[in-house]
Amino acid sequence: MSTHDATAAPPAVGSENYLNCSHGFRSWFFTLDHKRIGVMYLASILSFFLLGGILALLIRTELLTPTRTLMSADDYNKVFTLHGAIMIFLFIIPGIPAALGNFVLPLMLGAKDVALPRLNLASYHLYLIGALIAVLSIVQGGVDAGWTFYAPYSTTTNTAVVTLTFGVFVLGFSSVFTGLNFIVTMHKMRPAGMGWFDMPLMLWALYATSIIQVLATPILGITMVLLIVERVMGIGIFDPALGGDPVLYQHFFWFYSHPAVYIMILPAMGIISEVVSVFSRKHIFGYRAIAYSSIAIAAFSFLVWGHHMFTSGQSELMNMIFSALTFSVSIPSAVKMFNWLSTMYKGSIRFDTPMIYALSFMFLFGIGGLTGLFLGSLATDIHLHDTYFVVAHFHYVMFGGTVIAFLAGLHYWWPKMFGRMYDEKWGRISAIIISVGFNITFFTQFVMGSQGMPRRYYAYVDKFEPYHVISSFGSYLMAAGFFMTAWYLVKSLYRGRPAPANPWGGAAMEWQAASPPVLHNFTEEPVVGDPYDYSNQDYDPAIGGYVLRKPEVSDR
Amino acid sequence: MILSGLVNTLSVRGAGVPFLATGDGTFWLPVRASEAAGAVDNLFYFIFWISLFFFTLLMALLAIFAVRYRRRREGEEPEPSPSHNLAVEVVWTAIPVLLVAAIFWFGFQAYVDMSSPPLDSYQIQVTGQKWKWTFTYPNGYVDELLHVPADRPVQLVMTSQDVIHSLSIPAFRIKRDLVPGRYSKAWFTAVRPGDYDLYCAEYCGTQHSSMISTVKVLAPEAFDAWLREHSDILSGLTPAEGGERVYNVLGCKQCHSLDGAAGVGPTFRNLFGSERSFKDGGRATADENYVSSSVLDPQSRVVQGFEPVMPTFKGRIKDQEITALIAFLKTLSVHAPQDAAPAAAGAGTP
Repeated sequence: MSTHDATAAPPAVGSENYLNCSHGFRSWFFTLDHKRIGVMYLASILSFFLLGGILALLIRTELLTPTRTLMSADDYNKVFTLHGAIMIFLFIIPGIPAALGNFVLPLMLGAKDVALPRLNLASYHLYLIGALIAVLSIVQGGVDAGWTFYAPYSTTTNTAVVTLTFGVFVLGFSSVFTGLNFIVTMHKMRPAGMGWFDMPLMLWALYATSIIQVLATPILGITMVLLIVERVMGIGIFDPALGGDPVLYQHFFWFYSHPAVYIMILPAMGIISEVVSVFSRKHIFGYRAIAYSSIAIAAFSFLVWGHHMFTSGQSELMNMIFSALTFSVSIPSAVKMFNWLSTMYKGSIRFDTPMIYALSFMFLFGIGGLTGLFLGSLATDIHLHDTYFVVAHFHYVMFGGTVIAFLAGLHYWWPKMFGRMYDEKWGRISAIIISVGFNITFFTQFVMGSQGMPRRYYAYVDKFEPYHVISSFGSYLMAAGFFMTAWYLVKSLYRGRPAPANPWGGAAMEWQAASPPVLHNFTEEPVVGDPYDYSNQDYDPAIGGYVLRKPEVSDR
Repeated sequence: MILSGLVNTLSVRGAGVPFLATGDGTFWLPVRASEAAGAVDNLFYFIFWISLFFFTLLMALLAIFAVRYRRRREGEEPEPSPSHNLAVEVVWTAIPVLLVAAIFWFGFQAYVDMSSPPLDSYQIQVTGQKWKWTFTYPNGYVDELLHVPADRPVQLVMTSQDVIHSLSIPAFRIKRDLVPGRYSKAWFTAVRPGDYDLYCAEYCGTQHSSMISTVKVLAPEAFDAWLREHSDILSGLTPAEGGERVYNVLGCKQCHSLDGAAGVGPTFRNLFGSERSFKDGGRATADENYVSSSVLDPQSRVVQGFEPVMPTFKGRIKDQEITALIAFLKTLSVHAPQDAAPAAAGAGTP
């Protein structure tokens, strides 16, 4: 049998697929299908992205003037706390792995589903419960402790800290379940003929991410429980007034939360590895280096948490060790950049929306990564710590890196997920608007941060006003880009051109499934091959996509 | 070593004459007002230029590749090219390793200098609490602004009364957390008289962004004069009230009671105007001169029944403060002419 028929088949919208094979609330909410779970995750995280984004716009609007603009100091403190907590715990951490990863991981393995579909559903339900608990804290009046919940402020403030931290605690289980499931799936469900080094790099990235999720998240869970125990029962763990140690809290928190930023960025790097190769129509350069660097980043990520605490009073020796280890993480990231760039060399580059986002990622993540050097270096970090320089660096890495890569992945797999093409012209325009708006918003913050503007300031010294005004206008431009994106994506669901199975010419196995895939993913057994070998497919103008040439090697 | 030579060039204390010691702010960095700021700024710009160079290089390549290798028509396939090259990959791993090793080393060197205060530093106690700063000078004077002498190492010994705060002085390039239940330290040598912002950099609640103070760097003589003037603890008080303040602040009360009971030293009650007999057999009336000499030269005449343990207050007490103390002692004594009612708190009613 060849796969020629499956991939060359006319667009499958209308024929039976995972979206239309059953109907009703229960068919979605209790589904075991990884694709539906992925889509539910996607809808959920995008809702929270909207909520977190509105909070961000409130922050930027408040900061238009040096004093009160539209809310009180207490409200401002709650808004930035919720912006951080929602974006981190409800959007970015589950963003790529649980939403996109859930959808594509089994497809990339040529499998029917993840290894543990029920655990997968439990993970989503826990996510939903955790998210609702976290959002309940808003109804209770909000939380003003900052998303980092530093003690003893968090143990003494009279806001709804317990509710939000309990929500985070529950969300942690969701994250662990997803990671565990992915690890098992990649170990057990790789098809015959696919060794570890035959996997698409997205899977290496998800594997590295999953390891961190499983190993680091329990620390966060325990820390949140300790915080709750201290608040509810008055047991002194972190508050010195009760005999506790507030710096211990910082160690606990960052022991999770530093690896957590790699939970956020590693899968983003995986997406970029896919997109750059496919749209350059060239084999990824340095496959093994990229794969190993994902694992190296995961390993190093556990050893650098102390760089968040250079001013906390930890010893000079510790500061030195953490500074040195921090620089070690920069190397694998740099190596990946060079590899992506070399992949483009002598390629045949097509600038569809996913590739625009990937190029935007390389620009923004480049700045995000290099500004990390200023923060890893001890003497300069002392000056820059807790200023807007850190805020800008963090957003360049997490937004310019992860969110932009998420958008690249969303546009890359959108035709696969929903069987429709979005409006390519508007896709490119919004990608550029978002990127420009992003730079206006956050580059300004590097300058005001290195000039000394502290973070989490409701009011500020007059000299910083011009920077804040520019930054706020950038954020409005970015918001406009996002609303355009939402508009054309939603429109594509109803009016979009039916998507071919393989619109971009991807060589990984998900492109051998129909768009959208059938319930069990593949109608015929997919062909295992090099996920970056594009030599055995042809462009078919009739369907606007690529089809596999009749494989001569399949008789092996 | 080339490396240590570079470090010396970059290090303020190593080289003696830093090439960016003080100066106005730049696009990136605020005014440099401390000795360490030069080293930090040199490092900042060292990283900045390295970053800018490599970022420009990468983005230029990105742009060139994007234009040169763009797909000109659908279905176009690229010419084959290698998908890995060990030599290239080793080189582009090794170069960043060397660069970040250098950045680490310079950052560590400068940091060690910034963390090692000279032993003769002038110490100021700093207390943070929601949402104000309190600066306590060696003589006990307390202020809400931080006044420091220029050209003299100043060490801040800091703690917090409630949650974590962080003292940040961008012009000095220093920042240090104030942790409740612990003491943390920071030091600097200010080099440029003027006013600089002092922020709380660790989020501490409602008025976090109002927890701003000012560092006033004064020329050394101006600082001494300022401290002398402002630590005049007598201002606004009557001589007797001032004397009571001196009694409380300078430590008299540790040994001299007001209720007639003998402590380590004689009680102050009914002391003034009384007859004193000394260990060496002499006698005198406790008049103004007696009080003054007892404060400034306590060992010369030790009252019978007491040990010569009182330290001299020469240099630690001003003439006006002695005068005030005498006025206070008069209010406590039946032997003194009573032109003011005995009003001292804690003196007990006769």
